[in-house]
Amino acid sequence: MSATAVKTASNPLDDKTVFYLEEEPHHEEGASTMLGFWLYLMSDCLIFAMLFAVFGVLGGNYAAGPGPKELFDLELVALNTAMLLFSSITYGFAMLAMDRNNQRQTLAWLAITGLFGLAFLGIELYEFGHLIHEGATPQRSAFLSSFFTLVGTHGLHVTFGIIWLVTLMVQVSMKGLIPANKRRLMCLSMFWHFLDVIWIGVFTFVYLLGMLR
Amino acid sequence: MSADQLIPLIFGRLTWEALPLHEPILVVTMIVVALGGVALLGALTYFKLWGYLWKEWFTTVDHKKIGIMYMILGIIMLLRGFADAIMMRIQQAIAFGGSEGYLNAHHYDQIFTAHGVIMIFFVAMPLVTGLMNYVVPLQIGARDVSFPFLNNFSFWMTTAGAIIIMASLFVGEFARTGWLAYPPLSGIGYSPGVGVDYYIWALQIAGVGTTLSGINLIATIVKMRAPGMGLMKMPVFTWTSLCTNVLIVASFPVLTAVLALLTLDRYVGTNFFTNDFGGNPMMYVNLIWIWGHPEVYILILPLFGVFSEVASTFSGKKLFGYTSMVYATVVITILSYLVWLHHFFTMGSGASVNSFFGITTMIISIPTGAKIFNWLFTMYRGRIRFELPMMWLVAFMLTFVIGGMTGVLLAVPPADFVLHNSLFLIAHFHNVIIGGVLFGLFAGINFWFPKAFGFKLDKTWGLVSFWCWIVGFWLAFAPLYVLGLMGVTRRMRVFDDPSLQIWFVIAAIGAAVIAVGILAFLIQIAVSILNRDKLRDTDGDPWGGRTLEWATSSPPPDYNFAFTPVIHDSDAWWDMKKRGYKRPAKGFRDIHMPKNTGTGVIISGLCLVMGLALVWYIWWLAALSFLAVLVVSIAHTFNYDRDYHIPADEVRETEETFERRLKATEA
Repeated sequence: MSATAVKTASNPLDDKTVFYLEEEPHHEEGASTMLGFWLYLMSDCLIFAMLFAVFGVLGGNYAAGPGPKELFDLELVALNTAMLLFSSITYGFAMLAMDRNNQRQTLAWLAITGLFGLAFLGIELYEFGHLIHEGATPQRSAFLSSFFTLVGTHGLHVTFGIIWLVTLMVQVSMKGLIPANKRRLMCLSMFWHFLDVIWIGVFTFVYLLGMLR
Repeated sequence: MSADQLIPLIFGRLTWEALPLHEPILVVTMIVVALGGVALLGALTYFKLWGYLWKEWFTTVDHKKIGIMYMILGIIMLLRGFADAIMMRIQQAIAFGGSEGYLNAHHYDQIFTAHGVIMIFFVAMPLVTGLMNYVVPLQIGARDVSFPFLNNFSFWMTTAGAIIIMASLFVGEFARTGWLAYPPLSGIGYSPGVGVDYYIWALQIAGVGTTLSGINLIATIVKMRAPGMGLMKMPVFTWTSLCTNVLIVASFPVLTAVLALLTLDRYVGTNFFTNDFGGNPMMYVNLIWIWGHPEVYILILPLFGVFSEVASTFSGKKLFGYTSMVYATVVITILSYLVWLHHFFTMGSGASVNSFFGITTMIISIPTGAKIFNWLFTMYRGRIRFELPMMWLVAFMLTFVIGGMTGVLLAVPPADFVLHNSLFLIAHFHNVIIGGVLFGLFAGINFWFPKAFGFKLDKTWGLVSFWCWIVGFWLAFAPLYVLGLMGVTRRMRVFDDPSLQIWFVIAAIGAAVIAVGILAFLIQIAVSILNRDKLRDTDGDPWGGRTLEWATSSPPPDYNFAFTPVIHDSDAWWDMKKRGYKRPAKGFRDIHMPKNTGTGVIISGLCLVMGLALVWYIWWLAALSFLAVLVVSIAHTFNYDRDYHIPADEVRETEETFERRLKATEA
């Protein structure tokens, strides 16, 4: 039987004589993007896993310098955590607005998210400045090296997240909520919530357990 | 501000002394490279090739062209890496009886470091990635990879890393630490020069490319397979590529993290791996091997795939034990994360920890052994054709099995305490990397070259290359097993005991034979290009292939497949041929394709500048180029117009040309 026969079976896979699709299968634009971004996030997650592991090994090596009890101000960190958690909720609201195709609301919630992110960064920088001012610099001990690196890497991610957020706000205002922009907002959403999850790890593992150490 | 203050501000620690004018060997190399470079650039300009290269190659997002560029990068870097190897062999062969040889310690230490780094990161990795890039989309019936722009960007990041490492040869120095740069030796206290910084930034920049290309290929294999190709109908090479890329994505971030920590130690003065203030150098060794052991499987797994394709194609049989082959690959993938500590049993972690890692290491030999038997049983009662790829397969099995067995020997902790860091270890890992990875690459290159270029490689010169490699390999490395058993350690520059010299002389002769093998390989390519009309592959299926890539013309059209294939069998093309497949002659449609872009070249170029600026402490330039990377990347996202359509008429014309060629061949 000729292979050029028009496909008759409803599913071409059932018909052993069909060797190709006559119609171009509809590949959704950017169909792999979500998977690809997930994979990227997992690779980033591994970087954090390494930094957590390093903190786990070096976290008790104060080298006769200050330890968590002398340095951490849990109330400040709790406030900071609240900022980041709020920003995740507001990002969620932005996505809900996006789902309703409400561009104005989407942009508004994104802006609020960005402000919470900035507040988080501001408090973190204040905390870092305070520590360094007290002589608890990253160079002081292995504990402080790993503390600053873990928390700082997270902060750096939030910084890039905010740059990305602003970029996307510009793009949404320019092109509207077109599929490409929705996809990008979804990616940033995953990134943002991912950073939240990492922060919960930092808060628990570095700050809370640090105080018990 | 005086000039004394201004110049370091502008040039960082870069001074005229950075040019190694006191090293005659380097001066001569520099002159040769400069003359060759000028000749090449001049020729490109004279023949007006720049526009063509830029439009058709540098900015391409076609996975096939990117694959070919990876292969070219790997082969060029092989020459550099091998030059380092033969210099070491000569030095060790003559530095006896009070002779200092011809390399001073400063230079020799750089050479053995560069040799390892280049061979792993810039020879084996690009060659493996190139093969996967070229073959995987064709094998799964896809038009391109999931993220074509990212693919181009990944390639240029790898190239930027290679350029940084090459720059260290002529400006400043390279690391003198060994290929994994263990601290505290690689810390700022013991390595204050630029060598380790070159190492760090070359690997970080290339590592970004590798990770992204891993993500890209996983997404491609998971999402873009042709209808009907369930996971257990994927060609074995695609399977091993999938596992390899999972390993890449799951291990390269570890390397990124550990190198970043070393960078902080060196640039900021933190105490991760220092001897004081609570740092822990052994943590570096642990972390880097958590990347490093999966890395060796990243290198070998795709070649196991190549050998599987070669075994079934040239035995004219379906692969024996497809399912067990797939499971063996997956088991190796998982186990490769559970063995890292066998690289430093002598750290002293105690009997129970060492036993655990010794046993997991030995267990890996089980799935690997299963694979060897699968290839043997594929050959058993097959109609074997001894074409070049098949010969490499046989040589691989004979060589690799011995390398594997010495590996199991080293996995026994008490034996390892004796053999740790000896030449026995060096012989072992060259036995598996040359005998496995490199032989596999030559099999793969000879196998898929006709697909990529439309003509086969010359068999005579291929045979010369083959025999020189096999004989040269054993001459070069068998003596190292002997020396290792006698207790000679690695990375030695001069020797006292004259009775050892003969073994080093034999090894040097072996290296010379390998040099002939490499030369013969280059001649093989040149001769094949000259004789391409005689070697022409007109029907796209020169070997009687079994998988989908052989269904296309050689070289395949930009869009790979005019119609999306439907798969009914793991040897899809074999199945199509057997059941009377006829090429479609009408009903062509417009094909949706991604557009070329120069952004990848530009961002990688900026990363290259940033890397060099960081090596030399030129802070303003580093900051500026980082900012530029950010700006260009963001600007790139404002371009929404990234694809175009190949009109149906053009597709029809391409397909009809191929059809005519097929008819002409049959007639």
